[in-house]
Amino acid sequence: MTERSLRGKVAIAGIGETTYYKHGQSPDAEFKLALQAILNACHDAGIDPREVDGFASYGDDRSDGPRLAAALGIRELRFSNMHWGGGGGGVAAAVANAGAAVQSGMANCVIAFRSLAQGQFARYGRSRTGAAAMGDDAFLAPYGLMSPAQRFAMKITRFMTEHGIRHEALRAIAMASYHHAQNNPNAVMRGRPLSEEKYESSRWIIEPFHRLFDCCQENDGAGAVLVVPADRAKDLPQKPVYLLGAAQGGHHRSAAPVHNAPDYASAHFKTVAKNMWDMAKLGPKDCDVVQAYENFTGGVLLSLVEHGFVDPKTANEELVLENLLVSGGRMPMNTSGGNLAECYMHGLEMVNEAVRQLRGTAINQVPGADVVAVLGGPMVTPVSSLVVGTEATL
Amino acid sequence: MSKPYLPDGLPVPNQDSIALPYWQGTRAGKLVIQKCGGCGKHQWGPEWVCHRCHSFDLGWAEVAPRGRIYSWQRPYHPVHGALTDHGPYLIVLVELPGADGIRMVGNLLGDPMQEVRIGAEVEAVFEPHDTADPPYTLVQWRMLG
Repeated sequence: MTERSLRGKVAIAGIGETTYYKHGQSPDAEFKLALQAILNACHDAGIDPREVDGFASYGDDRSDGPRLAAALGIRELRFSNMHWGGGGGGVAAAVANAGAAVQSGMANCVIAFRSLAQGQFARYGRSRTGAAAMGDDAFLAPYGLMSPAQRFAMKITRFMTEHGIRHEALRAIAMASYHHAQNNPNAVMRGRPLSEEKYESSRWIIEPFHRLFDCCQENDGAGAVLVVPADRAKDLPQKPVYLLGAAQGGHHRSAAPVHNAPDYASAHFKTVAKNMWDMAKLGPKDCDVVQAYENFTGGVLLSLVEHGFVDPKTANEELVLENLLVSGGRMPMNTSGGNLAECYMHGLEMVNEAVRQLRGTAINQVPGADVVAVLGGPMVTPVSSLVVGTEATL
Repeated sequence: MSKPYLPDGLPVPNQDSIALPYWQGTRAGKLVIQKCGGCGKHQWGPEWVCHRCHSFDLGWAEVAPRGRIYSWQRPYHPVHGALTDHGPYLIVLVELPGADGIRMVGNLLGDPMQEVRIGAEVEAVFEPHDTADPPYTLVQWRMLG
């Protein structure tokens, strides 16, 4: 039987992004931001935007595929795909769905993207629950549990308490993102470095593990990647970045209502990570760089553990700033500043950074990077992650 | 009647039909949880089907209002207008060993700055909101002993 896999079959041929703004600061409408990022990705790939024949997104993106296709004068729309689940859980899945469409012959040239203008629309950190809490929320909102931070906090409390992991591990994750953002001209937090003292004196969002700097920003902007068959990518101007492995989903009943997931203190990557590594025929030790989605730093910890990058027994020693930096770190992470300090573009900015690292054009370049993992939004469900590599890894 | 743990103005629970026996139970000071007529196991929150045996014969049963703290959080940041200037409060996730280990979310009554320990024994306290329309009762938790 032929092996069913996306490994090496499809490639990212172009990346695009807009200027990144603090939430509410974009002069442009969300849909226009999406168009800008998509056109930038096509330009980067040297492909006429009219050749795009598919769109894949996630997080209930409001810029829908058919409307984009109409605005851009796309000749023929062959793939229009929305991945279930909120936030950035679907970032890698959107890229993988684009890849699956291309590999299966359903489409030839698919954009995976995310666009967000939170000034034009609502923010995440304030309750959007109405006067009456419906469904699951009826058992949560009356107790003051409404925001994403609150939905995840008790997973983190339980995991860190159980394993004796100290808050300094989370501080290192936050500081690595801020450190890398200082060189990045498009990083929203450029010029605002984070010291240990600044972190420690920041206000509590939620005790015991969410200070202000453990929480992502909310931003305006858009990001996009263009996915084509591997053979096509070889003839395009940019160095191809191959999809080596990708997976999405969640472990047994990870979406059980009212915090009843049997394996609760989890980022929900346990089965997903295994499936991704199996497809890639690689493991965490093969990665030169990690992009790990930070909604909250505690989620990054869980995500790194479940992908095998960190052992909970030694997390206090492994998660120190020096280990996470491009300059000399054993596990360079969030090298453009991540969600915390570059832009909260629901992880799409991390896919773009993974591509730059493999092209050798990153601002904070890890020398000779051949394999990069992108771990999507943790603790939501479904989650997704992917691993990409240069031609040398095929 | 003592004051509710959190200020007025937070979202009120919609008493969806799937969960009505629960809400009726709390008004009577009873903790009533979904229980499968097929396999006899409890599940929470309420579902249309038993996740274990796929029976649609889902009934309700009163369970002991006792549990153990499974996890906790102390929010400071006001996520809703009703919480502005309110200060920190405690949310606990409580596991009910008497109901197949299902978990419920509630507030931990008492000093919001009290030390919270995972595994600590708690008991349910029924917090009526009689002037709401329709009236409802929340299940809260307090430390045992």
